[in-house]
Amino acid sequence: MSTTERPTTPPEPMTPEIVSREGNSMVLSMGPQHPSTHGVLQIMLEIEGETVVKAEPEIGYLHTGIEKSAENLFWTQAQTVIERMDYLAPESNALCYALAAERLLGIEGKIPERAQTIRVLFSELTRMASHCVWLGTHGIDIGAISVFFYCFDLRENLLDLQEAAGGARMHPNYVRIGGVNGDLPQGFLDRFDALLEKFPGRMRDLRGLLQANPIFQDRTIDVGTLTPEEAVRWNVTGPALRASGVAYDVRRAFPYCGFETYEFDVPTRTEGDAYARFLVRLDEMEESYKILKQVRKRLDTPGAVMIDDTKIAAPPKETIALSMEALIHHFKIVSEGFRIPPGDAYASVESPRGELGYYIVSDGGNRPYRIRTRPPSLYNLQVLKHIAPGNLIADLVVMIGSLDPVFGEVDR
Amino acid sequence: MEVGPGHFLLAKLDDVARWAQSSSVWPLTMGLACCAIEMMTVTAPEYDIARLGSEVFRSSPRQADLMIVSGRVAQKMAPVVKRLHDQMADPKWVISMGACASSGGVFDNYAIVQGVDTIIPVDVYVPGCPPTPDGLLYAVNLIQQQIREGGRGGVLARG
Ligand code: SF4
Repeated sequence: MSTTERPTTPPEPMTPEIVSREGNSMVLSMGPQHPSTHGVLQIMLEIEGETVVKAEPEIGYLHTGIEKSAENLFWTQAQTVIERMDYLAPESNALCYALAAERLLGIEGKIPERAQTIRVLFSELTRMASHCVWLGTHGIDIGAISVFFYCFDLRENLLDLQEAAGGARMHPNYVRIGGVNGDLPQGFLDRFDALLEKFPGRMRDLRGLLQANPIFQDRTIDVGTLTPEEAVRWNVTGPALRASGVAYDVRRAFPYCGFETYEFDVPTRTEGDAYARFLVRLDEMEESYKILKQVRKRLDTPGAVMIDDTKIAAPPKETIALSMEALIHHFKIVSEGFRIPPGDAYASVESPRGELGYYIVSDGGNRPYRIRTRPPSLYNLQVLKHIAPGNLIADLVVMIGSLDPVFGEVDR
Repeated sequence: MEVGPGHFLLAKLDDVARWAQSSSVWPLTMGLACCAIEMMTVTAPEYDIARLGSEVFRSSPRQADLMIVSGRVAQKMAPVVKRLHDQMADPKWVISMGACASSGGVFDNYAIVQGVDTIIPVDVYVPGCPPTPDGLLYAVNLIQQQIREGGRGGVLARG
């Protein structure tokens, strides 16, 4: 629980020299290999006894050069590395990048209806799967281990669907520029139905394990509180922002893929603490479930799943043996990709962690000239040095967990 | 090993020690990237690495026998990985999980170490991006087999 006054202006950036030893305080490096930092975060802590005086996140331990690597790949190939940024929600990344590229190509309105529905399906599946991992690991940090097993069991069902459609459990690379890669396979809908049936019961289990649990409440209520003004000023987005009472959701504010035609609520809380973030995420999973049920109804209508433009999408396999033009188009797409007219575009989606954005620049070639990501985790994580001072080290672990950073995305 | 009459077991001490050691290979909690999520999945009900006796992920390198390099090793992380490996007590084993850890994977660029075997010795490589949890389980099986056969890092061998 916070006892000291928090500064109202952002603190000075802290370099290792500024972290100094004075009086009773001591400098402690937490991470980069630490079970509770959710990956490879290092935090330079200045502590007095158990209380954090200053916390400075040190990032970059997973810097992968993804944006640079993508510049050497075709527009479609770049999606492969881009999926590996936020590895808990690969389809959100792929979708956001595809939206930006489509905006630049000027084909936004031409994406087939069914492809849009499938995109919504995967962006919500991935949100659920991501929240499952978050809840499981957050539980472990706090000492509630059984939640982990429930969460990962549910996640297994979600990944099975991804694997069925895209062929890989974690990085299916299923959403493509112009649509999605192939229609849903046979038997997919039966599995999807089974999941929809299982979900409400599993959700009750998850709530039952933690929501009214006095230990969990003790550990999370009033920990890491963010006021709405602070949250906005520090650029926090996603569940962390909504837990502070600001109902900003990209799906509502700037709808994409037809989200405006789905009925769902944007859950918010006003407390702004770790417990509120927990509740918001659970509510969000239930909202995703609502959306999925609507998606299920629409999936009964068959249709095309890829844009009908052989300059962007390879023609169907069946036609290649029959038509010379189809063969040529196929060869062109595979061997040199497609070109995107010069210019720049930005698109954003609501990823499980907040507003994920891609800004892409094209010089008219078949490879991106520059790709810049707006990773929600990075902005959410920076607020840590604002909320950590004055709290116990044990609470710091709760705060990191409740902000849910993914380092693939922070460091890129 | 054989069961003698009257319910007692005859075995060589060496065999017993190897059997015990191969059934309690404790991994180090070190998640690097995407592959780490699949590493966590092996402890979940569907795969349940507890069947192999390796569910005890230790956070301190001093208590761990097995390092699973789960994901891409950035240039900035490489010294940390090396140091953690140095801090682990002998005998120790290393699994290089995934394409990135084994060879740099799709990231052939300035930021990623092109194969963790350039900085620490690796016993088993697991292909995949990410490898399936079954793949990782099989890798642990291979390590166990190595221990039983007294290969590198065998029970009483040091260094
Ligand atoms: S091998 Fe693939 S899944 Fe594993 S860390 Fe590398 S990119 Fe991620």
